[in-house]
Amino acid sequence: MREKPEGLLKWAHAFSAFMNAGDERLDNDLVFSQVRDADQDVYEADSYEQEWAEHEQEEKQEVIERLERWRALKGYRAARRAYALLCVTICMIMIVVLLYTVGSLPAYGDPNHPINNEVSARYIEKGLQETGAVNIVTGMILDYRAFDTLGESTVLFTGAMVVLFLLRADAQSHKYSALAQTMKDSPHSETFYEPHRDVILQKTAMILVPVVLIFGVYVVLNGHLSPGGGFSGGAIMGAGLMLYVTAFGFASIRRFFTYKTYQFVVLIALLTYAMSKCYSFYTGANHIESIIPLGTPGAILSSGLILVLNICVGFVVTCTMYAFYAMFRKGEM
Amino acid sequence: MGALIDRLLVNYESTASVILFCIGFSTLLMNNNLIKKIIGMDIMDASVYLFLACQGYIKGRTAPIIVDGIQSVEKYINPIPAGLVLTGIVVSVSVTALMLALSIRLYYRYHTLNLDEIIALAGKEEV
Repeated sequence: MREKPEGLLKWAHAFSAFMNAGDERLDNDLVFSQVRDADQDVYEADSYEQEWAEHEQEEKQEVIERLERWRALKGYRAARRAYALLCVTICMIMIVVLLYTVGSLPAYGDPNHPINNEVSARYIEKGLQETGAVNIVTGMILDYRAFDTLGESTVLFTGAMVVLFLLRADAQSHKYSALAQTMKDSPHSETFYEPHRDVILQKTAMILVPVVLIFGVYVVLNGHLSPGGGFSGGAIMGAGLMLYVTAFGFASIRRFFTYKTYQFVVLIALLTYAMSKCYSFYTGANHIESIIPLGTPGAILSSGLILVLNICVGFVVTCTMYAFYAMFRKGEM
Repeated sequence: MGALIDRLLVNYESTASVILFCIGFSTLLMNNNLIKKIIGMDIMDASVYLFLACQGYIKGRTAPIIVDGIQSVEKYINPIPAGLVLTGIVVSVSVTALMLALSIRLYYRYHTLNLDEIIALAGKEEV
């Protein structure tokens, strides 16, 4: 059954009015006037929304009713059943074809699998001397195939940009959604669906957030020595930021991480990545000796540019993960 | 037929990934709800990673991180599929976020996630 948006809207207004009433009883005149202003805003948005909704509601209702009538027809049910049957048939055919293909693959764990050719042999035998990274996978993705990883970071960055375009709540958002506007206008929007200042969550976060962030930094900095790297470490640090913001709210994370910080950090990280890769492509293509030493394998400060690239990727991933979370939860950072 | 089943049981990881792929594909096809379609897409992604990861494995060898300075092909598994899976995971995260954001915008506009209703309402708007 379709959810009724008007019901949710009314409930949201009632909820914010109830919370405001609580504030009015307790707080002084200044807060009282602020709360009244907020109430006024909600009221204006409400009347605008009602006009807008009435205008569209009739047409919408007609379409939905026609759809419901159409669904009740016998022909629709038969078509639906035929479609399901067709889907099952397609999937069955696909499963048979793919299983037949799997049947002719080399056995699992076979050393003579054609995938184990001279490329992987070269990475394993010469990787340490050529890239300086003990972790061959890191050496591969950040040195031999660094161009590919730059594209990967850019895909992540572009994804975050599009999510920002689509979900960022701004002055225009009441035009496209009553629901989005109500969530943004409510003075308690940060804790709209969650308990406000949950003590258990805050105490747990106080212990966990530093540990999670330090572990993420460790995974990023040891990317060339042990399993890990910019992507996994960045995801861990992003999770730490999400836990922090869930426990303490957006007001406290804005003291050190705002939209401007996000733009600045991601821009600097992507530019550093691109510049350092430009340098190594330039020296590599012209057979010039790179002036960046590879260092002793196994030390933290080794493997040339890989450490820098890992840190850049880590920053991009951390910021993007947090941006996804903030956009989906609130529509702003 | 018996020989084929034996081969499938030897390659049981690949078999499982193929079956998972088809489960994800049928979820994608048969559900009208946008969120369920996205879940189906993610199941398909995961099955591809499983397939790639098990192609790179070689019996009795360890992860490609050099230990004690031994640089022999005989000691480490193939590092290339690991890099491909990493790329795939990052791209799938971006694509999933993009699809979810678009679904949220569609819900804001039409107050439904059912694809039939969205198409009907959008068709009405164009007229």
